[in-house]
Amino acid sequence: MSEHMMPVHFWVNGEAVNKPIPVRQHLVDFLREDLGLTGSHLGCEHGVCGACQVLVDGVLVRGCLSLAVSANGKTVQTIEGLSERAEFQQLQKAFLAHNAFQCGFCSSGMLLSAYSIVQDYPKATRTDIRELISGNYCRCTGYQSIVDAIEEVLIQNALHAPNPVDPS
Amino acid sequence: MNAPQDTPQAVLESAQGYIGASEPRLGAKKLLEGRGQYLDDIRLPRLAHVVFYRSPHAHALIKDLDLTRARQQPGVIAVFSGAEVAEFCSPWVGVLSHLKGIRSVEQFAIAPVKACWQGEAVAAVVALSRRQAEDALDHIQVQWETLPVVSDMEQALQGDVVIHPELGDNLCFTRDLETEGFRAAFDAADVVVERVYEFSRHTGVTNEPRSILANYNPAEHTMTVYQSTQAPHMMQDIFSRHLNIPESNIRVICPDVGGSFGIKVHVYADEMATAAISVMLKRPVKFVADRIESFLTDIHAREHKINIKLACSKAGDIVGFELRDLTGIGPFSVYPRTSGIEGNQVVNLTGGPYRHRHYKAHLDVVFTNKNLTCQYRAVGHPIAVAVTEAIVDVAAREIGMDPAEFRRRNLIADDQYPYSFPSGLKFEKLSHQQCLDKLLKLMDYPRLRQEQSASRAQGIYRGIGLAAMIEVTNPSPAFYGVGGARISAQDGATLRLDSSGMLNVLVSVTEQGQGTEAIFAQIAASVVGVSLHKVRVITGDTAVTPYGGGTWASRGAGIGGEAVLQAGKLLKSNILEVAALILGKDKVLLDIQGDELIDKLSGTSLLPLSEVGRVAYFRPDTLPKDYQSELTVTRHYTPREYGFTFTNGIQASLVEVDIETGFVTLLQHWCVEDCGTIINPMLVDEQIKGGIVQGIGGALFEECLYSPDGQLLNGSMADYLVPMSFEMPDILIEHVQTPTRGSELGAKGVGEAGTAGAPGAIMNAINDAIGVLGANVQVQPHTPERILKALGRVSI
Repeated sequence: MSEHMMPVHFWVNGEAVNKPIPVRQHLVDFLREDLGLTGSHLGCEHGVCGACQVLVDGVLVRGCLSLAVSANGKTVQTIEGLSERAEFQQLQKAFLAHNAFQCGFCSSGMLLSAYSIVQDYPKATRTDIRELISGNYCRCTGYQSIVDAIEEVLIQNALHAPNPVDPS
Repeated sequence: MNAPQDTPQAVLESAQGYIGASEPRLGAKKLLEGRGQYLDDIRLPRLAHVVFYRSPHAHALIKDLDLTRARQQPGVIAVFSGAEVAEFCSPWVGVLSHLKGIRSVEQFAIAPVKACWQGEAVAAVVALSRRQAEDALDHIQVQWETLPVVSDMEQALQGDVVIHPELGDNLCFTRDLETEGFRAAFDAADVVVERVYEFSRHTGVTNEPRSILANYNPAEHTMTVYQSTQAPHMMQDIFSRHLNIPESNIRVICPDVGGSFGIKVHVYADEMATAAISVMLKRPVKFVADRIESFLTDIHAREHKINIKLACSKAGDIVGFELRDLTGIGPFSVYPRTSGIEGNQVVNLTGGPYRHRHYKAHLDVVFTNKNLTCQYRAVGHPIAVAVTEAIVDVAAREIGMDPAEFRRRNLIADDQYPYSFPSGLKFEKLSHQQCLDKLLKLMDYPRLRQEQSASRAQGIYRGIGLAAMIEVTNPSPAFYGVGGARISAQDGATLRLDSSGMLNVLVSVTEQGQGTEAIFAQIAASVVGVSLHKVRVITGDTAVTPYGGGTWASRGAGIGGEAVLQAGKLLKSNILEVAALILGKDKVLLDIQGDELIDKLSGTSLLPLSEVGRVAYFRPDTLPKDYQSELTVTRHYTPREYGFTFTNGIQASLVEVDIETGFVTLLQHWCVEDCGTIINPMLVDEQIKGGIVQGIGGALFEECLYSPDGQLLNGSMADYLVPMSFEMPDILIEHVQTPTRGSELGAKGVGEAGTAGAPGAIMNAINDAIGVLGANVQVQPHTPERILKALGRVSI
């Protein structure tokens, strides 16, 4: 079977990608194999475990379910790129301090989910956090320390928020 | 700390700071930045990818295997049958001599004649890319002659269909044990209660699938194997013997391992085939299991049906236990640890925490046409603890005693040690009573019981479950070595002072994320007297670390940690010797603190460690002529006095059962654990929390479902349920510390305790909740369907 190719143009962690790629290739395979960005992992390859998560135009995406060609014209951010950002590093520090990871295989995806919580659900409770990371499978930690780490960042951010929202 | 008077732990008291400190894991930050290196992240020149054609049948003869078309597909390098691979990789038989009478048959890297379970590989395709290899799989044509399937273990025991005709029946292993006077004691007992419990197969579901990259170099007849494994030296030996390559020509390297839990400590046929194919093709070959392959071929565990009896007096004193265990292990006993160990552990451990003198046990381990089973986190413990704790609750209810009180009455007293158990195990020193006291206080047991009664009046069914436990850790050679397995019971550590004053630590125990390297750094830093950030730890490379067993049976801290401690003591002494010569002072007046040589009496800083390194390495001419410094030292450690170190603990679960839907909500979980000396409290608690949630998975969700004809029905993560965060409770943990006297470190190990106790606590909590309705559950996992059936709300 010969590969059907399609030319694409998109950005990964700020760098342009311009090349024909196989239409059947998944985004995470492209990132790992063609760009050597091995921080996104393949755990289940059917969209359940969340280890392959990346941001496409700022939205959490399962890299094992998305075709690479579907990123055409968009921006992709992976754990490698996000690790340069201060607000992401805040989460990484909290994860390290709480040991919110053991083997680390789920951590890239888990951190991306945590990042989305920080961005989109700044007032999430522990129960909310538990629900919001329910698409990320971790076999090692039992999740509690992950919830602790994310909660700590949300609390830090709330305390340092420049314009607290008036509860009235 | 619960230290006995004459413990040899003085070194810990004089050591600096890091033992007992919740330090963030040294060297783990890379994993949070996507900068780790797992097996599949490794690329080598001329790398080929292998995939396997796996039997769609649970039991079938290969009548014809046509590989011609597959060989012609784009990118395909080679396609191999079982017979071709067998020329390069000899088969194995998973038996051990100390499991008397255990039997199995030869297992091949690729089945040449007959497939014995759905998923057994019968051909291999090697291509330039994994995609191309997978595409070519569709072009393999096999003609099968299907054979009758034995998927049910009771049918297997009955033996109407025999999987391996040469064995005559389907029995792999059997064991009987009866203490003297058992029958008379049971017959004379006031009360005998009996129940049957069933446990379903489940599996490890490591986030990172099993994976291996073998790179054979024909010029030197050497092979470097990168493998996601827990036991690199064991694998080195096995590759050597089955591929006929000298041991020292094989180097096994473990990159970052994405979880193992016992799954990655076994010999897998497809991994052996990958290594053989690297030899055959004289190039690097990689195999990474996909998720369906993981479900079909990663070892399963815990398929048991158990009949348990407890005899006690009316006053509530346990007289003894009687156990009958039937377990189905798939068509082969797994190499080299065997599949007899899990059942054997159930026999060893049942009744473990309790003071009683009479015990009878019978174990049958049978072959079936399902995936192989073998040792998975907490091996046998979750079963032994669950049946023991369940029957203890039944007995307590029978005589009208509160289950906590019944346990207090029967748990071995803390001053009764050393204690010999009816099954033959010996306990050095445990702390069941202290743990129980602490647990009841931690959970506020009386208040919970009141709340439970009050909520029942409102139609809310809450239950409290307790589960006391013992856990086998730090095994001596009695576990595997005496049975002929070439699995090291000892481990070693090499410590080197680098020229800049940093400490290089090489240990034979491996890291899979549990924080082994971090605690070794803490021990080394503490004993030598350097800052933690000055330590670097290397594990998982047979070419550079001392020889050792690796990671399994909660042995990393207790065995590897002690080796680090002993090497640290010697290195410190050697450093002081050099410093004494440089300074012209008596060695006994010197100490090391905070990366400096200090005057022991005044605490004055005399010399930075880097100066010792500089002089020893670059200016040894300034030291006396007859003096040679030794700033690299190696020490090993083997537990000897006891067959196993034991830890103990107790867990409690509070659940709410929705009697309309059968759903169980986990409200809270508690654990009090005694793992001896705690090196890093945060990491210890993380082991317990993660372990408990893994145990909860087995208790409530996880089950490898097979059809009667041996087809796995739920081979995806959408169908096989694992614990996700939303359903999990917060877990409260406290500790008692009773260090083992067998080592200076005193660490007993903690990797499996959580998993050991959780299923028993959950089952007891559910039964406590629904017992008032006359219902009880006896089959794990306790799915809503099974709970509704127990409640009589749905029929079969």
